[in-house]
Amino acid sequence: MKLSRFFFLKRKITSAVMMSLSLVATLVAIIPLVFIFYYTISKGIAYLNLDFFVAMPKPVGESGGGMANAIVGTLMLIGIGGAIGIPVGVMSGTYLSEFGNNKFGATVRFLTDVLSGVPSIVVGVVAYTLVVVPMKHFSGLAGGIALGILMIPTITRTTEEMIRLVPHSLREAGLALGIPKWKTTILIVLKTAWKGIATGILLGLSRAAGETAPLLFTALGNRFWSTKVMQPMASLTVYIYDYAKSPFEDWNNQAWTAALVLIIMISMLSLLFRIITRSKFKTK
Amino acid sequence: MDNSETQINREDPKTKSNTPVFAPKGRFKKFFSSHNIGDLIFERLTLLFAVLVFLLVILMGYEMYVGSKISINKFGWSFLTNSVWDPVQEIYGALPIIYGTIVSSFLALVISVPLSIGIAVFLSELSPGWLEKPLSFLVELLAGIPSVVYGLWGIFVLVPWIRNDVEPFLSEHLGFLPFFTGAPYGFGMLAAVLILAIMVLPIVSSISRDILKSVPQSQREAALALGATRWQSTKIVLKDAKSGILGATMLGLGRAVGETMAVTMVIGNRAVISPSLFDPSYTMASVIANEFTEATSEMYLSSLIQLALVLFVLTIIINALAKLLVWSMERKLRPR
Repeated sequence: MKLSRFFFLKRKITSAVMMSLSLVATLVAIIPLVFIFYYTISKGIAYLNLDFFVAMPKPVGESGGGMANAIVGTLMLIGIGGAIGIPVGVMSGTYLSEFGNNKFGATVRFLTDVLSGVPSIVVGVVAYTLVVVPMKHFSGLAGGIALGILMIPTITRTTEEMIRLVPHSLREAGLALGIPKWKTTILIVLKTAWKGIATGILLGLSRAAGETAPLLFTALGNRFWSTKVMQPMASLTVYIYDYAKSPFEDWNNQAWTAALVLIIMISMLSLLFRIITRSKFKTK
Repeated sequence: MDNSETQINREDPKTKSNTPVFAPKGRFKKFFSSHNIGDLIFERLTLLFAVLVFLLVILMGYEMYVGSKISINKFGWSFLTNSVWDPVQEIYGALPIIYGTIVSSFLALVISVPLSIGIAVFLSELSPGWLEKPLSFLVELLAGIPSVVYGLWGIFVLVPWIRNDVEPFLSEHLGFLPFFTGAPYGFGMLAAVLILAIMVLPIVSSISRDILKSVPQSQREAALALGATRWQSTKIVLKDAKSGILGATMLGLGRAVGETMAVTMVIGNRAVISPSLFDPSYTMASVIANEFTEATSEMYLSSLIQLALVLFVLTIIINALAKLLVWSMERKLRPR
């Protein structure tokens, strides 16, 4: 009797210890998150002013100035990336879900997985050899192409998954009415799934907005106002990298502000993403 | 005039349906055998984009192979085993860089995988429903922070903390080990390991959580009905999810190996092999990020592209293994 009581207690205690360890692990994981947010927000806000959004970077040694060119540059780069990544992603996702139940479909599916695992710096190297070397100079276009390649796997996979969620009865209803398959797919299937696809697109865009590595030697960065696609283009992330490494305190502080602005831009995108997904579930 | 035009337009579809405008014959008939030519165009168009994705991955490998040809021809396999990386004398051996990549990723996983499994267990087995959503959201928020912001935080918060508190403490109490010797410089392997551990955590924990949740509820109920404690039923669930969690770990490894910005900013960037975690090191991704724009000679650039090729192949292998493990786990669970 005593022995069984001992084993019972032992089991109980082991269980309690292991389960509280899992709670501790969760808490430990949240600590760095809290720290990163605390520093980014407190340091970022301290140096946030209107100049940051409207002024140009000052020359080395002078304090003040802003990153107007980098904000516009980041938006333009994700715009170029989207112009490449969105059509390729949506169309190939449509192929995979509607016609892709064959060997080739499986291969493409595997390759999109491969592509999503490829480090962004490698994509930067490829964009360099593909675009920068033939053009003989760095350009916003090369950076945009790198970002576009990075978006493709996310958009392809979400498009495929979202289209697969559309009930077969909807397709059959369309086909039964004599509507050709392509019209059924575009007007019924894609229309039903577009909210899910839009979230995938926003996810791809917001990830691209935070990328630095593929821009380092494609878009390079630019200290002047430039919206020319064929010229080097500034971006917030490359500025954060350069300013964080610099010995000037004023630049270090601006790096924090840039990080805050970047995170706000990205969270605005993912907020949009949440609003879209929420209304999707409401209509169901 | 206007009236007559609309009339013609109205009649148009009728005439079209009576006499087909396009009636393929002979061998073209088979080609256009689908019911609607629109279907065919649509299918071919989407196929075109799928082929584009296919070609893109092939092209990436090909471009890097061509770009690194000079270096491959000169060094061959010794590129991977030579331990001198000296751009001034044009000698490129990637061994210290590969060493830095493997050690930093491995140690980061040693820290972050147990934590991730803890989080996954908490989220799937313990936490009440109202807590699970916000916690999962927080963990996923970690994944959404750009890598360069981690690096910024690393330079100004993590590295000073390591320099002033962690490294003096470690060298005082564990200084007899070769891993904790040398000057407490802050920038180095230790900082890279810690920042990688933080960055890998969200991906491993969120996939592990999904995998634990995919284990059928009946497994837990059976264990609990037999009088098992929470931990004992969790052990059964973990055993079922073993290969899936291993797959999640591999995906985390892929992320750690390819992580660039945050690592470049804190690892110290020196191509040396040293057992001490305090010493600076280098990873493949950070070498490329750091030296690519400075590469003046063709040989230098070519070696860096070869490094990218090695990284590309390595991440493909890691991700394929991960995919295989997660897939085998899903297949194992399905028939039940």
